[in-house]
Order: sequence, then structure tokens, then C-alpha cells
Amino acid sequence: MKLQINGESVEAPASAGQCLRTFLRDQQHFEVKKGCDTGDCGACSVLLDGVAVHSCIYPAFRADGAAVTTAAGLGGARESAPSDTEAVLHPVQQRFVDAAGFQCGFCTPGMVVTASTLSDDDLEDLPRLLKGNLCRCTGYRAIDDAIRGQHTPAEGPSHEPHPAAGCGAGPLAAAGCGIAEPGTSVAEPASVAGESGIAAHAGASGTATLGPLVRTGRVPRAEGGLVGTSLGALAGRRVVTGQEPFTLDVAVTGLLHLSVLASPHAHARIRHVDAAAARALPGVHAVLTWEDSPATRFSTARHESRFDDPDDTLVFDRVLRFRGQRVAAVVADTVGIAEAASRLIEVDYELLPAVFDPELARAPGAPLVHGQADAAASRIHDPSRNLVAALHGEFGDVAAALAEAHTTVSGTWQTQRIAHTQLETHGTIGWLEDDRLVLRTSTQVPFLVQREICRIFDLPVEGVRVFTARVGGGFGGKQELLTEDLVTLAVLTTKRPVQYEFTRTDELTRATVRHPIRVRVTLGATGAGRLTALQLDVLSDTGAYGNHGPGVMFHGTSESVALYNVPNKRIDAECVYTNNPPSGAFRGYGLGQMIYAIESALDELAVRLGLNPFELRRMNSVKPGDALVVTTAEGDDIGFSGSYGLDQCLDLAEAALARGNGHAAPTGPEWRIGSGMASSMIATTPPRGHHSQASVTLEADGRYTVRVGTTEFGNGTTTVHAQIVATALLTTADRVLIRHSDTDDAGYDTGAFGSAGVVVAGKAVLGAATRLAGLLRQAAAAQTGLRAEDFTLEAHGLRCGPVVVPLTALAAAAAQATTPAAPTTPVAPDRGADARWAVPTGASVTGVLRGVADEHGAQRSLAFNVHAFRVAVNTLTGEVRILQSVQAADAGTLMNPEQVRGQVEGGVAQAIGTALFEEVTLDGAGTVLTRVLRNYHVPQLADLPVTEVYFAETRDELGPFGAKSMSESTYNPVAPALANAVRDALGIRLCELPMSRDRIWRALQP
Amino acid sequence: MDLNTVTRITPARHRDDLRLLGPGVVPLAGGSELFADPRVELTGLVDLLAFRWPALALTDDGGLEIAATCTLAELADLPNLAGDAAWAAHPLFYQCCTALFGSFKVWNVATVGGNLATALPAGPMITLAVALDAELLIWRGDGTDLRVPAATFVTGNMTTILESTDVLRSIHVSADALASRTAFRKIALSPIGRSGAVLAGRLARDGRFTLTVTGGTLRPLLLDYPSIPSATTLAAHIAAIECWFTDAHGAADWRRAVSEVLGEEIRVELSATTEEPE
Repeated sequence: MKLQINGESVEAPASAGQCLRTFLRDQQHFEVKKGCDTGDCGACSVLLDGVAVHSCIYPAFRADGAAVTTAAGLGGARESAPSDTEAVLHPVQQRFVDAAGFQCGFCTPGMVVTASTLSDDDLEDLPRLLKGNLCRCTGYRAIDDAIRGQHTPAEGPSHEPHPAAGCGAGPLAAAGCGIAEPGTSVAEPASVAGESGIAAHAGASGTATLGPLVRTGRVPRAEGGLVGTSLGALAGRRVVTGQEPFTLDVAVTGLLHLSVLASPHAHARIRHVDAAAARALPGVHAVLTWEDSPATRFSTARHESRFDDPDDTLVFDRVLRFRGQRVAAVVADTVGIAEAASRLIEVDYELLPAVFDPELARAPGAPLVHGQADAAASRIHDPSRNLVAALHGEFGDVAAALAEAHTTVSGTWQTQRIAHTQLETHGTIGWLEDDRLVLRTSTQVPFLVQREICRIFDLPVEGVRVFTARVGGGFGGKQELLTEDLVTLAVLTTKRPVQYEFTRTDELTRATVRHPIRVRVTLGATGAGRLTALQLDVLSDTGAYGNHGPGVMFHGTSESVALYNVPNKRIDAECVYTNNPPSGAFRGYGLGQMIYAIESALDELAVRLGLNPFELRRMNSVKPGDALVVTTAEGDDIGFSGSYGLDQCLDLAEAALARGNGHAAPTGPEWRIGSGMASSMIATTPPRGHHSQASVTLEADGRYTVRVGTTEFGNGTTTVHAQIVATALLTTADRVLIRHSDTDDAGYDTGAFGSAGVVVAGKAVLGAATRLAGLLRQAAAAQTGLRAEDFTLEAHGLRCGPVVVPLTALAAAAAQATTPAAPTTPVAPDRGADARWAVPTGASVTGVLRGVADEHGAQRSLAFNVHAFRVAVNTLTGEVRILQSVQAADAGTLMNPEQVRGQVEGGVAQAIGTALFEEVTLDGAGTVLTRVLRNYHVPQLADLPVTEVYFAETRDELGPFGAKSMSESTYNPVAPALANAVRDALGIRLCELPMSRDRIWRALQP
Repeated sequence: MDLNTVTRITPARHRDDLRLLGPGVVPLAGGSELFADPRVELTGLVDLLAFRWPALALTDDGGLEIAATCTLAELADLPNLAGDAAWAAHPLFYQCCTALFGSFKVWNVATVGGNLATALPAGPMITLAVALDAELLIWRGDGTDLRVPAATFVTGNMTTILESTDVLRSIHVSADALASRTAFRKIALSPIGRSGAVLAGRLARDGRFTLTVTGGTLRPLLLDYPSIPSATTLAAHIAAIECWFTDAHGAADWRRAVSEVLGEEIRVELSATTEEPE
């Protein structure tokens, strides 16, 4: 068929049942994304003769003769663009850049295409008009700004909000009445050694606030990009035009496709597989089954220490433990052929008894999910009781304390399965390159994937390269090895390039979910509200494979409990196998589940004692000088590092709630009004080491290249790293190129999880840049005979009085050198033999000026988040209407205020989804019922309030420039704060998430 | 997504072309449902858009004929051609479109007939057709025509009276129905999420009151009264409905309860309008 795509005539065949999305991608229009393939998410939106459609549900043949416009063509014909990287932007695309209207950017091409069709008259109707465009990262405030052509500045001090501004300007407009003055925040640049502080929120008055929002016209962004400014994403222009490639946005010659036959049974043993008919189908290159699987057991969970997670998984297991587990895989010329062949595979199953209830799973006589496992070898606590992990510990004497307590409170809280729903599904393309295996994959942890692939397939580490392009969202779901092992097997078998792309249904049924956890909390307190006992009884369902089960259980019960200064604590926690689909890592990593329960119980205690819930927290929270205790005192690797900000967060949230926001509650006897709050604490770095080795190199053109192993998936670390280098080397961010997440190119990095991108990888980048600054001074001194310490860095050279040595001259001189220009960091001797440190490009090389630094995350700090809500609840329908949403965060120095605010807004949005809407439901026999996005409700623009975001003014001694992590933690206090507000409104406490309208309604029935 | 088992799409330009329908071959209209939910048993599609039926046409009896292939966008954009009195029911077209889970971009392709024939409980074109007492024209596979009241078309969750060789041709709304006052309510587990219950009331010029209950029930229910019933009567009749169901979009008991709430709101709204001059 013939059609126009972005003004270009195209003639190409479409297969009969093909949709327009895949047809366009076949023409290498990779800006047309797949988020759901069912017309629900909008990532594939294109214009067809000017009319917006979801191209995934549009029959390709109907585009014959039409003019198709994608995000790449919105701004005009490609020919008019100066270059690929300087695409012509449609005005709405420019506004998305200006307003930072994206994080991972995977939804953005579809978002801007849709937005381009809207007129000013449509703005009041945005909730409806954008309901078919899902964003999982931003929480929509920034998208709303972009569409309206507004900009909500995040810089600037504002302590006391101006009462006059911005009240009630419309349903989507500013919730608050504050004001934020633009553009006063660029502080003095740091010294070259990175010693001096950057007051990110420098200003006259005390606490920084991004909170009560005032929309203004666009203000100029900080182009210099120093730390503390809101530099926009480096890839912004490419993201909004769809030109920034994600994992599968690449044309690979001879690419084969992989389709998986899923287990129809929750527990079965494969007696026999007959794949003859499948293998005989033309176009089929391989059928892989348990007989082809390496015998090495591993965990899909990936951590710095592989011993954190149980080795209970095989590439193909002869025993199937959940519905949806891989039975076989077909590798074929097309997905269609692979699917057809997989339907021809005949499997003889021996059905085994299964268990789905975690309580029954640990009862005597329960079917054993991994009964055959060697507990010690696989690191499973007790396979004979389905116990993956257990923690039983006590500090003090809880029983005695409860017996003596003035008031006790106890209750049981249950959380649900949550799907990460990052818009980019898991996917991997693998191929052989000179007998090396190369994996281009959607992961948060490329180096950990590399190591484990080598282990499973017995490959040398230098024989495997793993890298990521931009990753379309993670949220913990890509701290897993879910596609790479199968692609490796397929590539090694066929010697051809192979792609395995998860469907959205795969995501909802085969990828991991957030652990559903039942938490029983018992509190004892004095009459004044001083806690005397805190007891947790935890039961976590890790599903059919252990993966992150132990880590989530241990981490979940850690900072949540350590936050409170209680003389007697006890934890009984168990994590069990069931024949349900596996659970895994999810934003917050177990803390959210425990915090939901503990903060709800604390709220109940406040109700019983008639105490202000903020006061109850002030009275009982740990403070500098207090010991951090879970069931034993924490080690000296963790502490407040001079940046305790919980007190400020409590004050900020309480004041904002008291101030209100001018949003009137709905009237009518059916509405009840309430408010609630919750606190949370999180360690800024995962325990037991999180490593990153970064380098910064001076290039021949006088620019700098950063090589760092961590991954960009909307977390904004790339931007922050550029800011760090710009600040440390006194240059501008546009002169800094970031190369990241490639095992061939960068030094080792544990990965982008535990919110480590700034505090670990960023610190390594700072160290590398600082070392390079020293090298540059030495090189300038060598050229001029002047003293190195007398040189100061400038964007284009080093100055000593009237003498300026251009950076290009230093680079040229270094290129002439035959020995290393100067000593750089030697590889640490104690790790010299470790393969992960042997990557040469991260270390000193001849002919370039390069600074290299390692960061190990051995010392950890603590960050805080406090959330508060005011809500109205409809007693007839169960509707919860959020009238005010406030989060106060203790992020240390704000490296990039708008990005930090974006992390808060996104975390709150995801958590409101958890609190009110989202649930992967099962039928009680291991089958997922919510298999497409229309049955799994991810928050839409219509569902979310604008959250007021406030920041404590702290400065951390560990993090780069005083920064702390602020990504996962923003999620954690939201659900309990909302639950407490609903309790306040109704006088009834719901103890199960989500607090869906039907559950709330039912709780109100007599 | 791609329908990888479909090897042939035949344009239907003449009624004879529908003879291909049968096992493995189904009609294709907008495609928003078929391409969202591939069925591996399908090998062929017959493209109804090739008929090029006029989307909307006024009929000699003062009614409105909506082609099965009329898109929701076309229906939602239909201006009030006859004025507020003659087409008092006009707002219901747009209101029912807003109850579609799909976005305005889905409206651009999804068809009225496709929504009816898919027969999902939350299908808002079902609500519309039943509320307006529409008559559906079905082209039978044997070449005959069949006209049925909309209320009898959907028989259950994703089942209708259509045989595999039948095609829904059009939806006819009478002048009397168009002149009725209507009221519309929809609720979901989120502000504008997939419907948990969709109700539409209609007050005809002769005082007849109907309440169409959908979304929460496995099939549409039409409660029919010669005049506006009392609150207790209406609530009792809604409560007596037995085919509430539970899925990801709401529990059966909640659906019953909120349908009672919304039904009463509709009753009150239409009661108020009767006091205004016609």
C-alpha cells in the first residue's frame, strides 16, 4: 500500500491483520511506541489525515492513501530540520521540553501527538481528552502545564505563601495559594574540589518550598546547568520528537522473534513435550524447552551480592509452579509464526497439588512449591515449609511492655499485588558480534545482568556485553532478569539476532508484581502517647519463585520500624512460596507495605488517645543521637549524616494542611470530610555495598565525556550527572556528554535501584570530575611552567592571571603523550582480581586526560517523607475526593529542584493508584484476571490532585553536594496518609488496599 | 495489536459479500475491539466500512437512523438539528459516548454498531439504544431483514441475538424518543474510569418513564413505567434486578447500591423537568 508518513511517500506491503502501529515501526518509525497494544495507553498515537488515532488498534490497510503524522513529523517535514538531533519542534513539543512534561519519555511521542490536536477551548475538558494517554512517571502536573503552555517554577524560596495568588483557578489549576518566585537559586559554583556547598534553594527565607503552585508563563530555564538549577533533561528535544531510541527502537537485519508457550497449570510437571509440528512450521528456527535449559539455578532478582536472592529458577524448568510460567519458546522469522508454532506444541503435564493462600502455604501438609530444593545451596530458609525467608527477633521485652501499657492498639492490614506498569514493557534484543554475546535490554541493572548471564551460561565476562538505550520506566520491575536469559539461549542456539518483547499481558501475568503482604501491628503506649512496644507479624507472598522475597521482607521491616524510638520491639516475619505468579522488587521495596500498616496503627493510637497525629510522631520518632533499632541496633554504616529533616517535614506538612488550599468540600449530607498524615524514613543507599565507577574525559574538542554505568529510565540521573560535571569543572551542561549503562564502555555500576543514581553514581561522577580538574591543572602547569594550584577552570580553558590554556590544547597535548598523562585512581587492590573492575575503559588510559573515581555506598544516610491529605468521602458511593495533597520531603540539597519535585509527584501518583485503584486480581487458583490495561486501572490525569511539594532544608554529609536519594521514598507515606484521612472522615478504618469505592461503600454497610 | 491469524480482509460492498461470514470470519467495523482482543480462531474479516453507509440520516417519520458503522465521534458531534423541544434527548448521544472507556481517539474509529455487537456490560451504545427505545435492523445471513427492540438485542455478557452470519445494519430512533427528556448517570471505581454502572432515564412526552440500567448488570435492563414512579417503587425495582456482576470494575453489591443512588438521581432530575413549561 501507498501512504504518506510525515510528508514522505512510502510504499510497502501490510499483512492482512496488521495494525498501523507495527506497520509504521516496520518502516523504522520507532517513535510510534507500544505501551499496551489495546488502545488504552496512547503511546502509539498518530494523526491520520489530521485525526488522532491509537495506531495499535487501527487496521493498517485502512491507512492506504492517507497522510500519517507521527511525533517525528509534528513539527514539519524532516527535510527542514537542521539535523537529526535538532528536529523541528511543534509548539506543543517545545512546551513539553520547557515544562519538563516527561520523565522516562516513553509515553511522550503519543502524548504530544494527542496534545497537538487540542485547542484552547479543550483545556477545560482535559481529563476526558487525555484519558487515553497514560503516563506512569510524572503524575501529570507537568504534562498539564505543558499542554496549557504554563510553567510552574520549582526554583526559588518561598516560605510564607502569598494568600492572594492562584486560589481556585479551576479544577486542574493550582491547588494552593502560594507563590514561587522564579530564578533566584543559582548559587555560587562549587570549588573545583567539590567541597563548597551548593545551596540549591538559596534564598532569604528559611525553608524551601515548591509547594503551593502558581502557574506562570514560561520562565527561562537555567541553561548553564549547575547543580541546584532545574536543568531540563538532556535528551528532551529527542524525547518529545520520538527520536531518542528506547530498547527496541532499532532495526536489526535478520532479526528473529521469540514467543513463549505459557503454563496453563499452577503446578505441574512436564512429562513430555512434542514440538515436531512446531519445528516443522516454515519460518521456525528453534523450539526451546526444558531439555535445552542450562542446569544452573539462579534468581531473576539482581543485587550487588547474588547471595541476597535464592537460586530457585531455571531458564526452563521441568516443573511449572505458576500459570504463565515458560513451558517452551519458539524462535521464528516473525512473532506471528512464533505464536502459531507455539500453539502446535503438545505438552503432556502431570498435575501437582497447588497452594495459593500464603497462610495455608506454611501450614503442615501444604503442597511444597520447591520441596526438592537444597536449602543451603539455593538459600531457601525452609523448603519443607515453603519458607523463603524468616525473621524472628526482639529488642527489649514486648510482652511485658504490652502488659503494662496504658493503651494498646492492634490491627491487621493487607496490601495487594501492584503491576509496575512502566510504559515500556520488558524487552531484549540479543546478537553475536565476533563471537561475543551482545544484549540490548530494558534493565535497571546491566552489569548485574551481565554477571548472571555469564554464570548461567558459563560465559567469560569479557564475552558478554550488556547495555541499555533509554529505558522506558522501571520502578523496580527491571531489577529482574526476565527476558535476557531466554534471548541468550535463543541467540546461542540459532546464532541469529533474536528479539523478545513482552506484551502488556505478559507484564500483568508473567512479570513480577509488588509483594502482597499481610501485616499485623500491635502497639503499646503510655497515656501521654509515648510508645512502649511495637510488634509486627508479617506474612509476605512471594509467589512461585523467591526472587526479591527475602530482600523485600528484611528491608520492609527495617526503616519502617527503626523510625520509631520504642524501647521494646518484636518482629516475626515470614515470606512464603505459593503457586501464584512471582512477586518482585517494587518502588519502596517492602517499606510501603509495612509503613501502611504501622502508620495506620499509629493513627489509631492517636485517635484512641485524642492526640494530634503529628504530635504523636514528634514524640516518638528517632532523632539525632538516638539509636536506630529494628530488632537489634543498626550498625555504624547508617546514620543521619548531619541532615535530619523529619522535624521540618512534619512542620511543613502540618502547616500546609492547616493553611488549607481554598478547595471547598462538596456539599450534601452524603459527604464526610477528613484529614490524615503519615511519615516514612528510608536509607539513602541499599545495604552491603552499592558500587559505581565513573570516569570523566576531556575530549579533543574541549568537551567532556562522562562514562558511568547507571541507567536512565526517567529518574533524571543523566541530567544530574551533567550538572555535577558542569559544577565541578566550571563549564556548562551542554559541554558534557553522558555515556551510560554499557558494560563495554563504563566502569562497573551495581545498578539503578535503591535510588542510587545520585548518591552513589553521582558521587562517583563528582569524584571523577574532581580528579580530572586536578589533572587539567597539572597539565596546564606542565605546559606553562606556572603553578597548578594557581589555575582556575573556565568553560573553554584554564586561567592563571592573563594566561589562558585552552582545553583543546590540553587535549591535544595529552594525545601526543606516550605515557599516561598523570596517575589516576589505581584499581583498588582488594578488588583487583574481580572481573567487574577489569573493564579497561573506565580506568586510566594513555593519550587522554581522564579522571576516574569509585564510590561504594558503604556509608548510608536517611531521608524522610511526610504526606498529608484532606479528603471528602461519599458515603453513598464510596468515592474519595482528594481536596488537598501535601508532601514534605527531606532530600538534602536539591540537585535539580524540578526533577526532585517530579520524583515526588510521580511517586505520589503511583501511590494514589495503589491506595485507591490498582490491583492485580487473581481468581484464587493462580490465574490473573486483570490481563489488559483497561482492567488494571493506572491513574489517569483525571484521577490525581496537584500535590503541594515542600522540602526540608538539610544538607547531607555523604551525598554529592549534600544531596540525598529521593525517588522510591516519595511513594511510601502516601497510602497510609490517605487511609488515615478516610478513617478521619468516616470513623471507620479500612484495612485493605486498594480503598476502592466498592470496598469503602461496603465498609459503611451495617 | 496485530491479528496474526487473519489472512484475508474482504471489503463488503454488496450484501452478497456478507456470505463469507461464518466460522473464523467476522465483520470488521472500526476495529477498536477486534484489534484490542485478538482471537486465534479468526482467519478472515469482512470490512463493513466498504459499504459506505451514511453515518446518520433523518428518516421520513421524523426519526434518526444511525448506521451501525457510524463512529462515536460522528454521533457525539451530531448537532441538534431539530431544536431542543423536538430533540430533547440530544444530549444523551454525547453523554453516552463519554461513558466509553476508550478515549476520543477511540471515538474516531469505534462504531455504534460495534459497541452494541460486542455486548460488553459497559457498552454505552447499548445504554443509548435501550434508553431511546431504538429499533435495530439486522441483516440476516439468509438475506432477510429482522427488526428488534434494542432491549432484546443483548442477551448477556458479550452475547447477543446475532447469528454468526448476521450483521447489525442500523439503529433507528423514533421522533417520539428523540423528543423525550433524558437524564444520564455513570459511575466507575475512578472518576472517569471504565463504567461500573451506566443508567439513563427517559421521560416521554406522554409521561412514560423508563430507566435503563446497564454497566453493572450482565445485560441491559429496562424499567418501564406509565408515569414517574415513586422513589420507593423505583428503588425496589432496581434492587430486585438479579444479574449484577463482579469484575475489576466493581463488586456486584456496590453496583446494585450505586445504581439505586443514580436511579433516584435520575428520577428526581426528570421529575423536576416536568414542572417546567414544555
